[in-house]
Amino acid sequence: MTGYFGSYVVVAVLLGIGVAIFAGGLLINRLLRPDRPTAEKLTTYECGVDPVGDGWAQSQIRYYVFTYLYVVFAVDAVFLFPWATVFAAPGFGLTTLVEMFVFLAFIALGILYAWRKRVLAWT
Amino acid sequence: MLDVAIRLVVIIGAFLLLPLIVGQLEHKAMAHMQSRLGPMYAGGFHGWAQLIADGVKFVQKEDVIPAAADRTVFRIAPAVGLVPYLVVMIVIPVAPGWYGVDLDAGLFFVLAVMGIGVLGSIMAGWSSANKYSVLGGMRSAAQLMSYELPLVLAASSVAMAAGTLSLSGIVEAWQWWWLPWQGIGAVVFFVAGLAELRRPPFDMPIAESEIIMGPMTEYTGIRFALFMLAEYAGIVVLSALTTVLFLGGWQGPWLPGAVWTLIKIFALAFVVIWVRVSYPRMREDQLQKLAWVGLVPLALVQLALTGVVKVL
Repeated sequence: MTGYFGSYVVVAVLLGIGVAIFAGGLLINRLLRPDRPTAEKLTTYECGVDPVGDGWAQSQIRYYVFTYLYVVFAVDAVFLFPWATVFAAPGFGLTTLVEMFVFLAFIALGILYAWRKRVLAWT
Repeated sequence: MLDVAIRLVVIIGAFLLLPLIVGQLEHKAMAHMQSRLGPMYAGGFHGWAQLIADGVKFVQKEDVIPAAADRTVFRIAPAVGLVPYLVVMIVIPVAPGWYGVDLDAGLFFVLAVMGIGVLGSIMAGWSSANKYSVLGGMRSAAQLMSYELPLVLAASSVAMAAGTLSLSGIVEAWQWWWLPWQGIGAVVFFVAGLAELRRPPFDMPIAESEIIMGPMTEYTGIRFALFMLAEYAGIVVLSALTTVLFLGGWQGPWLPGAVWTLIKIFALAFVVIWVRVSYPRMREDQLQKLAWVGLVPLALVQLALTGVVKVL
């Protein structure tokens, strides 16, 4: 369990144990619980009245704009991590600092644009 | 092999025990802040066994899955919400050498795996086929996306300061003056983390008084209990990560390192509870605005500050 892949094997083992804990909890539950389903019990909850229409109802999704914003910025942000570990290494110095400000300016400009377009305000 | 087994057993023990302690702390601290007593009966001394009693009750309850639900997704959603927090705990260092494994991409691993946890509530929201749950799931998705960005930016600021992504490497590199230097990043990280956990005041997705626990409306018994466990495990993981990244982890005078880590984790967990009692729930558009107009620009300022101080 040493070396680069060895440590990820341990992570995979823990993942397996986590799934086993979940399955074990449900198994104990299955052994201990009563099971008497009735049609009323299995109805969708809607404040006590009979449900109207389908649960997967159409509604206005105002959040799609945030998805766009997120895709743009998160892809940028991922590139920060490999850069962050080396940017202050000898031989980089001011060049990388200037690059960083260019990067930040791009992100800030994006947010400024979204803000001016009023996608962040609902009323 | 034995060494690895012991580490895993300790991690699993911590994963099952620490959320219960935080939950009990929340019961009692919240009660006293609201001039109540909280649980007093179970276990005799100040209701210490309340959550164990709850667990015994939950495990005996009938497993009701609505007829309209998407059964497969409905069943596995609690696992998707819970297991990532267990997996994240493997890289959190408690003292020098006390960790499950020291991944050299530890910080990246943590952020990636924690992102999966929120999928659990989106899956639960959609598969329940309930209008409240669908609304809650949508709000969860929007909240995850908006607050993931400041979280990632604040975390990368620490990676820049330490020059490594390994969590124990970050704690070793930490100096006391990082507190003011990384202060903005620490606040941004903690607040964004709270929002990722959907804790009050960011609990719009589960808002029990208007959309009745949102994604969890249709959940009962053991599956609901596992969602609750995931919430408290999330508090532990968020507090531990803030401790490791911004508060110097095991570093501190006089006491042993592991004690310092635990003190810092529980102090932060108390803050999480305190915030819940103190602030009203934010409206959905205020919540989105806080992320994009408040936290993201602050995180960018922190990145600039880190870069300038580090290079010059």
